[in-house]
Amino acid sequence: MELIIQDLGFIIGTTLMYSTPLIFTSLGGVITERSGVINIGLEGMMYFGAFAGAAVAYFSQNPWLGLLCAALGGAFWGLVHAIACVSFSAEQIVSGIALNFLGAGSALFISRLLFDGATQTLTVARKIPQPLDFLFGEGKMFPSSGFMDLVFNRFATVYLAFFLVFVVWFVLYKTKLGMRVRAVGENPEAANTLGINVTRIRYGAVIMSGFFAGLGGAAMSIAVVSRFSNTLISGHGFIALAAMIFGKWKPQGALVACLLFGAAKGFEIFLGSKGVPVAGDILAMLPYVLTLIILVGFVGKTTAPAAIGKIFDKGDHS
Amino acid sequence: MNLTGSKMKKLLLTGSFGLTLISILLGFLVGAIVLLIAGFNPLEAYWAIIKGVLSKPKYVSYVIIYATPLIITGLSVAFALRTGLFNIGAEGQFIVGAMAAAIAGYFIQLPILLHVPLCIFLAMSAGAVWGGIAGHIKARFGVHEVISTIMLNWIALYLSNWSLTLQMFGKQGTGKSHMIQETARIDLFGQWKITEAGIEFIRSHKVLGDILKSPVNLGIIFALLFAFLMWYILNKTTLGYELRAVGFNPDAAEYGGINVKKSIITSMSIAGSLAGAAGALQVMGVSHKIAKLAIMEGYGFDGIAVALIGNNTGPGSVFAGLLFGALKYGGAKIQDAVGAPTEVINIVVGTIILFIAMPKLIQVIFKSRKG
Repeated sequence: MELIIQDLGFIIGTTLMYSTPLIFTSLGGVITERSGVINIGLEGMMYFGAFAGAAVAYFSQNPWLGLLCAALGGAFWGLVHAIACVSFSAEQIVSGIALNFLGAGSALFISRLLFDGATQTLTVARKIPQPLDFLFGEGKMFPSSGFMDLVFNRFATVYLAFFLVFVVWFVLYKTKLGMRVRAVGENPEAANTLGINVTRIRYGAVIMSGFFAGLGGAAMSIAVVSRFSNTLISGHGFIALAAMIFGKWKPQGALVACLLFGAAKGFEIFLGSKGVPVAGDILAMLPYVLTLIILVGFVGKTTAPAAIGKIFDKGDHS
Repeated sequence: MNLTGSKMKKLLLTGSFGLTLISILLGFLVGAIVLLIAGFNPLEAYWAIIKGVLSKPKYVSYVIIYATPLIITGLSVAFALRTGLFNIGAEGQFIVGAMAAAIAGYFIQLPILLHVPLCIFLAMSAGAVWGGIAGHIKARFGVHEVISTIMLNWIALYLSNWSLTLQMFGKQGTGKSHMIQETARIDLFGQWKITEAGIEFIRSHKVLGDILKSPVNLGIIFALLFAFLMWYILNKTTLGYELRAVGFNPDAAEYGGINVKKSIITSMSIAGSLAGAAGALQVMGVSHKIAKLAIMEGYGFDGIAVALIGNNTGPGSVFAGLLFGALKYGGAKIQDAVGAPTEVINIVVGTIILFIAMPKLIQVIFKSRKG
């Protein structure tokens, strides 16, 4: 019995750890798409954030500074996407594709300059800390490697991610700003007529999406692992994007979807560690199959913000 | 999700050659600035690429080999875009195509004249199914193809990895499949090259021998054939007319009696079959096996870039694929030549696409120059 509980703790803990980078990035997706701007460049922004976080954490030996710089790095590419999509009416998907090349390309370019031609950083001395670590261990409140330790002794980024889900939900649904963001995503013409500055709202939302994707990247490179490498972010941004749609463009929905993807990873690692002869690849495939099925069965096309992907040109309407 | 506004279609379907050319120039300009800031001489770096691509017959041959899968995945993405569909799934369609070809190439025994077409046919069918699924659930349930193809990419990746765990197909412990039969390969002179006569020939003939040092294969012939077929189907057949009509304006097409839903499925299936063929040719001409994929290899994603740079046409994709192949192959050499990071290539490509995405900016730049 005790073993089962411990195993359960391991699975939950691993799930939380692997969900976290997705949650950050997915929240970024929610923010930008609710304002009506598609951002499939999240992958590139996450990639850049993972690098920037690890590089800054390595040189400064301060993981928090790394996390901040990762977010700012992601925000920078968000700004580029915003300039293209909002100011120059760029096709949003095409611009997003460009940003995936730019985000990954620039991360590797700088990595090679700073780390002696390598496409990976060195291992950071200090990762993001585990804030509740003092509760666990010999003679502490909970024993180490017990259920509580496995589940709750997590990196600060895990708690931050859950907290931010609440913040984004609160801002989107309970504040004037959030109402404006949603109005711009549903009907920019009407919002504009009501005196909302569509351009400014969209700039803010797209930059924030990069900010969040950057956090997501760093949550991978300086928490889940302790360095950046060129294969670390391989499709996570796209998965986060899928989770956002799976979660019906809502922060809490995205959270659930990210936990599902994380749980698949958690099970895969758990079964791998136990040497259980279950096809890990099939298990890893399941959340994607499930997403497809749920998209077909439950999520109609009507749930997306109405003005998504559409270019708003004030000159045409005012 | 209604991602594809009418603006997108207008932009993607009518983007002019001039705009592309300016974007390419701007891409290289930005790449040069980045190199300059990083302390490298951009002229030296670009010269290293040009030399790395053109200075030996072997290099040119390698560029073509690099370009072949990119041209075809580019065609795949371009074909779907002409119907107003964004095929991000070329990656997954490539993977199932490669897997199908590797399976058919290993298990089936046939003479070469039957084996090669059969492998390609099966790979194209697998790709068509993969693309067709996305098309079907778009047509039937309104699920946007971008999201479904992202899912299908991962399903393909894990399916392919899983197939390698099967006793009969994967070489256990290596993460690779068994080599395909000689009769399923499209290499040119593959066997002869390692005979004494072949080695002697390579040694004594300067140009041809040098070319033969690279894994020359028939892939590029297929790529050109597909490019021609795409042009032909889109421009000379009723089917192509209908697909393009849907791309221009689905409502008008529907009103004009075209079955839009069927067109979506057809278009995604054809796009999928192209990407599947790309995967097959890579296996049959270059790798002769498939291997466990830790991450996506990027053939499909690069194909998106190729399609966008190539203006979504057959000839454009050939041109853009060769450009991208040259950048990939030649770009790897600037590291040794001038010490600059290879990835400046990704920055150049990304910038080109970014400018292609916003013709408005280019128009602004040119207006202000005139005024």
